[in-house]
Amino acid sequence: MFSNLDLDVIWRSLPYLFFDGMRFTIILTLLATAGGIVIGTLLAMLRLARVPGLSLVAGGYVNLIRSMPLVLVIFWFFFLVPYIGQWITGSDRPIQVGAFYSALVTFTLFEAAYFCEIMRAGIQSISRGQEQAAQALGMSYVTTMGYIILPQAFRNMVPVLLTQTIILFQDTSLVYVISVTDFLGAASKIAQRDGRLVEMYLFAAIVYFTISLLASHAVRRLQHRIAIIR
Amino acid sequence: MGYHWNWGIFFQLSPDGTYTYAQLLLFGAGWTLATALLAWVIALTFGTVVGVLRTSPSPWLVRLGNAYVELFRNIPLLVQMFLWYFVLPEVVPEAIGDWLKQLHNASFYNAVACLGLYTSARVAEQVKAGILSLRSGQRMAGLAIGLTLPQTYRYVLLPMAFRIILPPLTSEFLNIIKNSAVALTIGLVELTAAARSMSEFSFQVFEAFTGATLIYIVINIVVVNGMQWFERRIAVPGLISMGPPAAAH
Amino acid sequence: MSSMITIDSVSKWYGKTQVLNKCSAEVARGEVVVVCGPSGSGKSTLIKCVNGLEPFQEGKIVVEGVSVGDPGTDLPKLRARIGMVFQNFELFPHLSVIRNLSLPQIKVLGRDEATAVKNGMRLLDRVGLSAHAAKFPGQLSGGQQQRVAIARALAMDPIAMLFDEPTSALDPEMIKEVLDVMVALAKDGMTMIVVTHEMGFARQVANRVVFMDKGEIVEDAPTADFFEKPHSERAQQFLSKILQH
Repeated sequence: MFSNLDLDVIWRSLPYLFFDGMRFTIILTLLATAGGIVIGTLLAMLRLARVPGLSLVAGGYVNLIRSMPLVLVIFWFFFLVPYIGQWITGSDRPIQVGAFYSALVTFTLFEAAYFCEIMRAGIQSISRGQEQAAQALGMSYVTTMGYIILPQAFRNMVPVLLTQTIILFQDTSLVYVISVTDFLGAASKIAQRDGRLVEMYLFAAIVYFTISLLASHAVRRLQHRIAIIR
Repeated sequence: MGYHWNWGIFFQLSPDGTYTYAQLLLFGAGWTLATALLAWVIALTFGTVVGVLRTSPSPWLVRLGNAYVELFRNIPLLVQMFLWYFVLPEVVPEAIGDWLKQLHNASFYNAVACLGLYTSARVAEQVKAGILSLRSGQRMAGLAIGLTLPQTYRYVLLPMAFRIILPPLTSEFLNIIKNSAVALTIGLVELTAAARSMSEFSFQVFEAFTGATLIYIVINIVVVNGMQWFERRIAVPGLISMGPPAAAH
Repeated sequence: MSSMITIDSVSKWYGKTQVLNKCSAEVARGEVVVVCGPSGSGKSTLIKCVNGLEPFQEGKIVVEGVSVGDPGTDLPKLRARIGMVFQNFELFPHLSVIRNLSLPQIKVLGRDEATAVKNGMRLLDRVGLSAHAAKFPGQLSGGQQQRVAIARALAMDPIAMLFDEPTSALDPEMIKEVLDVMVALAKDGMTMIVVTHEMGFARQVANRVVFMDKGEIVEDAPTADFFEKPHSERAQQFLSKILQH
């Protein structure tokens, strides 16, 4: 069964797998996390705003995204981003963006919906008294949010945000459906070119497993340390 | 804009001549639901067992349960699909492998098994959380009146734990429905796959994906409302069922 | 003495429930008014209406010529001039003690960092806590936190101070240190409205006592009169219960 495993194929393709594939995966994960948290926080503030129109629009967007499979969202943005580019730049034909930027926009806007719910829970977990104390001192809405509420909400939600990032890291593998070469895509290409599906996919599984496991253990340790400080 | 709209495309026949595009999407939705429901049965069964193991008094069973959960949570779903579909037939004894490879609807069975076990790990987390949220006195009270430990789980702990975790379990069920789309990579013609092939044959990309999106939204609404109705029906009078916040996808 | 704060026939509803019913009172400059009454009488709600933290549907509240309920009023500007101390202290836990005092001065009053810190240290000294400036609220006891909260409100140079049950969340042995600060503040001539159960404080420094029950102001009398010959029966009942322990 395992006798004719060709481990050499893994060894030979390591540079391609990591310098091309994994590099893409990590860049996409980091950029989508950063962008997603920023946009997600804005969405959370809109959802909690007392202006009904804003709250509905933000809520509608979040609920829509959260009811769709990520694969479908990837296809949507792959199709839509050229048209959005055309609309933004006012050109007369859709703009060819390439799969990388399409994937980046997709994951950022997709994760924003999930980060929104996390930040919304975080903001709501800050007692109303904090908001009242800041208002009683005469602080404006922007100052209250920026200096008092959001810093505390963010701190409280760090473990959950990090866990979501690990989930995002795994989800990036789905760029496979638009033929983008991330880590899994690279493994898949080698697998098909050399006919070594078992070795490459097992290796990919082991790598993802190791990274995710180490990362989630680190988050759990961080959670314990935060809990002690409180 | 350069895009030519045609909402009537749904009523046109697809290239193979027998069904309209609308019907193709609905068949896809059917495969989505079939996959999701069967996988959910597997997920609930295995998930409950593992969740219970993780709260048992035996440290070895707890470790076994934890290892199970870590295995399925740390490998991306797509990679797990590939392992089931491409790798499994190669690493089992040749006779079984050959049988697997010629199985009709192989992508369906692989998708169900893969999704089922993947989700069972998440269900196990919820079940563990639900059981641990009960006061420790409940377990002691069960044992004190003479129930064995398995009986205590069956008659005292699990009935309350499940009511508590109904909201996050609903989230997991919705996740299974969404995750079924990943199976298009191994050839399952579920809803997203049907939409993609509709967009490729008819060039009406926007209409195709809108149709699929609407169907997913409808499924979502039906499931959420159904679960709320179910929650009300099985609610214990006098107890406010407070579940942990809904899990991030 | 002209009134600094005028509350005129204020009524408030939460949905269908009425929580304030035609409340009227006046507070002159330098006056110390204690508001007392049973739980749910609306005293906290009324005091939060004065600086606009709670909206009200009927009536008028005027603070130094500014109408609080007026949609055109610049509420943050008004609130900067009125200090408020909360039952749960509400210090900002992620900021150090001195930063709790300096940040509002910088962001709201536009003072520069050096001035804000200097002012903050001066006030910390006034409440006896300058040694704790670099600490964080979580490292202080309840009584210390509340004194910092008073200093934070004073750092804004307010014309009046509102206290919402400032000692209700404190362990008994810490109540005195907070009350001492408040007594000193009163003797310095600060205009204060204090919602409290601490009748000893009322007797010591309050000019007037306002008694509320079920959203209404039932009695409003000079301190001595209130304690010796309360007019209303409800006030009498309340006093007899509360003065027993």
